[in-house]
Amino acid sequence: MIATVQAALTDDDLVHLRRAMVERVVVSRSLGVIIDVTAMDIMDSFASRTLREVAQMIRLRGAETVIVGIQPEVAFAMVQLGITLEGVVTALDLEEGLEYLNQKFKSNG
Amino acid sequence: MSDVICVPINSDKDIVTARQEGRSLALELGFSETDSALIATAISELARNIVTYAKRGEVHIGTATDAHREGILVVAKDKGSGIANVRLALQDGFSTSGSLGLGLPGVKRLMDDFELVTDVGRGTTVTIRKWKE
Repeated sequence: MIATVQAALTDDDLVHLRRAMVERVVVSRSLGVIIDVTAMDIMDSFASRTLREVAQMIRLRGAETVIVGIQPEVAFAMVQLGITLEGVVTALDLEEGLEYLNQKFKSNG
Repeated sequence: MSDVICVPINSDKDIVTARQEGRSLALELGFSETDSALIATAISELARNIVTYAKRGEVHIGTATDAHREGILVVAKDKGSGIANVRLALQDGFSTSGSLGLGLPGVKRLMDDFELVTDVGRGTTVTIRKWKE
């Protein structure tokens, strides 16, 4: 399953995204989820916390999440702010994210 | 401070408006993409504190100047309950709302200047500046 964020998100949008993603993972029995955040203007504490929660919830469903496309200036601001996406797999872009999941499923047989 | 943009903060949508206004002014003033993202992130945190703790307030964004430099000035103010323990609020990891609690120390790291004035029962004003290199 691939989710692409199209623009800057409000807190409500993020909470909605969290619920929708987890519901979809259940319905579609996805094993791997990629969230593409290339279009996100910034990642502040709320956005990072919400995305980390999405990844944790999805992991509890037995699936793996990869967050891709964090822009360099967004990453710089996150580090300065003190945000870590601990326990969340990140990749450069969609292609790398898919590559990561493919490798993972291959090695898991 | 001239040509001040004032963004009323009443809901989570206003947080996005405030940070986007801040980012475009920063770019207009000649800040790099990276610095503009830092400024937008700081504004997002301050505006969210207003929504979370005071429900409503304002974010003012304008240019800052002193004898030698030009920069951006952001003032976030509310008439909420104020911060009872400022020292604690400026510690990494402290929060009374169950959030991450990196808000204020993080904002301080993102900017060059950081001033906090709070009056219990009357509200809080946070003033931040970033100077162009």
